[in-house]
Amino acid sequence: MSALSAGLRRALPRLNRRRVVPAAAALAVLAAAAVWAVRPAADPWSSEDLRLAGDGVELDARFYLPADRAGKVPAVLVAHGFGGTKDSVRSDAESLAEQGYAVLTYTARGFGRSTGEIHLDSPDHEVKDAQRLLDWLATRPEVTTDAANDPKVAVVGGSYGGALALLLAGQDQRVDAIVPQITWNDLGESLVPGGVFKKSWAGYFFGNGAATLTLGGSGRAQEQGDPACGRFAADVCKAYLQMATTGVPDETTSALLRKSSPATVLDKIKAPTLLIQGAVDSLFPLSEADANAKGIAATGTPVKVAWFTGGHDGGEGPGTDSDRVKYLTLQWLEHYLKGEGESPSDAFTWSRVAGFSAMDRDLVTNGYSADAYPGISGSGTTDVTVTGAAQPIANPPNGNPGAISSLPGIGGRLTSLLSGGVAMDIPGQHANWESAPLTDAIDVAGAPTVTVRAASPTGEATLFVKLYDIDPNGTSTLSAGLVAPVRLTGLPADIGQAQPVTVTLPAIVREIEAGHTIRITVATSDQSFLTPATPALYTVAVESTVTLPTLVGTPIADPGSVWWYALAGVLGVIILGLIVLLVIRRILHRRRDVTVVAEHADTPLVVKGLRKAYGDGFVAVQEISFTVQRGQVVGLLGPNGAGKTTTLRVLMGLTQPTAGEIYVFGHRLVSGAPILSRVGALVEGPGFLPHLSGYENLKAYWQATGRPWEDARFSEALEIAGLGDSVHRKTRKYSHGMRQRLAIAQAMLGLPELLVLDEPTDGLDPPQIAEMRRVLQRYATDGRAVLVSSHLLAEVEQTCTHAVVVNKGRIVASGQVDDIVGDSPSVQLDVSDVTTATRVLEELGVASVTTEGESSLIVDMNGTPRSEVVASLVTAGVGVDRLVPRRRLEDAFLSLVGDNSRGSGDR
Amino acid sequence: MSTVEAAAGYKASRTLPIWAEVRRQASRRRTQLALGFMALLPVIVLLAFEFGGGRRDDDNDGGGGGAFSSMADLATSGGLNFALFGLAVSASFLLVVVVALFFGDTVASEASWGSLRYLLAVPVPRARLLGVKLIVAGGYSLLALLILVGTGLLIGTLRYGWSPLGSTIAAEIPPAEGVLRLLGITAYLATTLLVVAGLAFLLSVLTDAALGAVGGAVLLFIMSSILDQIDALGDIRSALPTHYADAWMGLLSTPVQTEDMAKGAISAVVYATIFWGAAFYRFTRKDVTS
Repeated sequence: MSALSAGLRRALPRLNRRRVVPAAAALAVLAAAAVWAVRPAADPWSSEDLRLAGDGVELDARFYLPADRAGKVPAVLVAHGFGGTKDSVRSDAESLAEQGYAVLTYTARGFGRSTGEIHLDSPDHEVKDAQRLLDWLATRPEVTTDAANDPKVAVVGGSYGGALALLLAGQDQRVDAIVPQITWNDLGESLVPGGVFKKSWAGYFFGNGAATLTLGGSGRAQEQGDPACGRFAADVCKAYLQMATTGVPDETTSALLRKSSPATVLDKIKAPTLLIQGAVDSLFPLSEADANAKGIAATGTPVKVAWFTGGHDGGEGPGTDSDRVKYLTLQWLEHYLKGEGESPSDAFTWSRVAGFSAMDRDLVTNGYSADAYPGISGSGTTDVTVTGAAQPIANPPNGNPGAISSLPGIGGRLTSLLSGGVAMDIPGQHANWESAPLTDAIDVAGAPTVTVRAASPTGEATLFVKLYDIDPNGTSTLSAGLVAPVRLTGLPADIGQAQPVTVTLPAIVREIEAGHTIRITVATSDQSFLTPATPALYTVAVESTVTLPTLVGTPIADPGSVWWYALAGVLGVIILGLIVLLVIRRILHRRRDVTVVAEHADTPLVVKGLRKAYGDGFVAVQEISFTVQRGQVVGLLGPNGAGKTTTLRVLMGLTQPTAGEIYVFGHRLVSGAPILSRVGALVEGPGFLPHLSGYENLKAYWQATGRPWEDARFSEALEIAGLGDSVHRKTRKYSHGMRQRLAIAQAMLGLPELLVLDEPTDGLDPPQIAEMRRVLQRYATDGRAVLVSSHLLAEVEQTCTHAVVVNKGRIVASGQVDDIVGDSPSVQLDVSDVTTATRVLEELGVASVTTEGESSLIVDMNGTPRSEVVASLVTAGVGVDRLVPRRRLEDAFLSLVGDNSRGSGDR
Repeated sequence: MSTVEAAAGYKASRTLPIWAEVRRQASRRRTQLALGFMALLPVIVLLAFEFGGGRRDDDNDGGGGGAFSSMADLATSGGLNFALFGLAVSASFLLVVVVALFFGDTVASEASWGSLRYLLAVPVPRARLLGVKLIVAGGYSLLALLILVGTGLLIGTLRYGWSPLGSTIAAEIPPAEGVLRLLGITAYLATTLLVVAGLAFLLSVLTDAALGAVGGAVLLFIMSSILDQIDALGDIRSALPTHYADAWMGLLSTPVQTEDMAKGAISAVVYATIFWGAAFYRFTRKDVTS
């Protein structure tokens, strides 16, 4: 753990001003981007809440206006679904306002904070309410009008709101376009399909309406109605109670449901209509939209139909579907309301489940389009043969236990409804007829039909006919959970005498894959429906032919495929950028300075005015200039931190100099300049791959140069290293000295013309140092040159022909070692009597006498011969123990550098 | 007068040949261990299934484990599923570490050994040094991935047979197409790992500590994965490099869903380009002080 933290600590850059500033800038940009991404954007619309009164009710409404409108704009009335309020359609309203429409949303009477009672979209109540809203819109100065009291308006709504759109358009010709979604054609047929009461959906909605009695109003005074009816109008409530009790609507109930059905006004609708219906909807199946479409189109009004994978059971469906529906809606409004854009084509679009999304477990659908709406009988049909004998099935008393097809009102069941899971049949209460595995896939889109014969001792039977898709593993799926309930009367008791009855199954959209089988199931119960209370035993038979409507469409290009083009674009840009970069580099490479400074062409090394200042202001090298000639062994001498290593680093192209130039054989040296190949180096100690042996390391190094093997002069280098058999041991086991020798050998590989060694004798023992001295002196023959850096005076004095003394980044002396060492004018004298000696010497006329220690004197001779000095002292009776000529480089070094042995830095 | 620009036989474009770098890395214990473990993992998983089997029927907790548990249940259904399982369990961490190791260690370790300066003094041009290191690290990462898939496929097929590629989210895929899907998944994973590769390589250039580069890349990758789980971040998460890490599952459904994979590939390629670009920019300008 500590190793890890140490490693991380090392990995983290040291903080200094140069790093902190860009890091802080980067952080600031990131933070700004994050803030920008989550910033609360100003709404592109404005809204006001209203209470619009009339006909004894007060409607809770909200009016949206686009913020950046110029002049008058057309209006859209958005109606909500059953049990909702103006807030349920908030996001739709907002996005429409964003598109430049004035949007009026309201809570229908009997819901939320609106007063009044629920009359089920009655033309006398809810529809009249909506008409008053149109009146109100016409008075608004922001709304475009066609004529006085005739606003340019479209009505959009789903389910309860969809039916309102249809009924309003049928009753009020001021409506210019409607987009009814997932709604009914005939409420009676929807709630009592095939004569069987859809008890679970009806109960769900009745409960929903009643619930507003206690939940709605939020503190407002509620009219305390009948607890059995909640906010339902008395006649609606009565109709429900009647229907739910008997399962068969009576005359009054039928009339009431009829009145609330768009079917009655379809021929009066003149507003272009976009019908959007969900394929996963056991309440208002696709057949409802089909009936609406046919009725409206009959009068010549433009109608377009679209299906999506969703509905009352399936919700708004997968993202691609809701996007398509939104697009179609906007396109419709754009053309028929704003008068912009081309007229929407007649193309019919639908979608089919393709699988599951990998990212969020959601369903994924593929969109298809066909030139025209084919209805629910498809553009073609495929017959499938199912086999099975007539079978007896039992009707359970009171429908319990009952089979399950869908779970109304649960919502979000899309996944299970389309992939099996929910549907369940009760043994003894159903009979199956199954086909052989399909040889080809069938794209079913529409309502399949089967022919059924049934016999019942009571003469009546309530049956549920379903079509299952069964995969090779036996998993059965009841597509969208849809069943066809049929109530048959006048049945014989004997199946032999039963007449065939054609049953149209609910329209589905499904690809039944090859290898799957189709099963027709006839059941006696379903928990969603009200079945006869008395137990009975029916006999049922299914004719062998099942007709499946098919539809061939063009796949709508998946908008997702655009990302692949984007990817190709990104790759293209990157590759293009790379090419441009390479071309620029090539050009710069061609244009680089390759001139050879003629005067230095034969000089291994010329350093001119070199300066290196680091980013943090530290100046490692102030100014250094020196020359290394062929045949020379030049010592770069200086205390630790004098700038020697920095100089060598610049020399190897590892560090960029701040100023100054370096020429190697006349070629200007920059980082990575090819001329470096004529330089061998040991800088800052050895660097080897620890897992390789010394020999392998040298080999790996030479391979990295890419130069011919025979140029390496391996044997000579190995001899210099003198490692013997150890050369085959891993370098991680080497001693410091061994590594040092191997590094020197590496530097000498290929016998470079200039050898640069940084502290070469570091870690060597005295015999090895002596040997190294000889090697270096020998090396500098044949026109080669050596540059050695050292802080050891003796080494430089003994090894080098020339010396450059640096201190604090400056050269303090340079020249031949002999010159620098020279004949020192001073000697060190050890005498028995310092006082007398001093006096004698001063009489001799020496330049200076300095006492050093108890018995030592440093004497600047000023030309006086040493013999004379000794003679004079002896004559004066002073004993001379020792006379040492001060001609060591140390003297020069110390006198030049001064006694400040502290470096200018630790780099 | 000697005016030749370089020593005999020296050519900048011939320095540090790719094979030399391959050998440099191949001789390292960490390379051998990483590659060896890739081959060993499927064997370990196989042994775990063999000896730990028999009690798996009591974990039918439904959606609890989600896609993962279903993938584990299917792993023994055939070689393709076994190889897929090996990939899936390695994708989120093991492969990240391995790729971070190959890319994060490559420059930083040379720096910490001190051999980097000698390579630069050869001189190997800095851009070339990075380029060769990048190619070789990429090659080893790909090799590791292929070893993992190949070994999984081989021993899975030997033990569990050659069966269609099954998944809980779609119909079975016939073996021949299943191999293509598996290769596609491998290719997508390789693409998403470019983010780690880029990040680790950048850190490798910025620091001399190999551990720091590898650990830093893994750390940031995990941080991104954690942030991706915070729903409150909303759409910002799409910009996280790990957001599309699981998009390969789209290849298990029929027809394949590739939208998220395309997005993921764009994200990975862009991130890798930025990171590698920064690495090249920095390295070709910096003072090598190690």
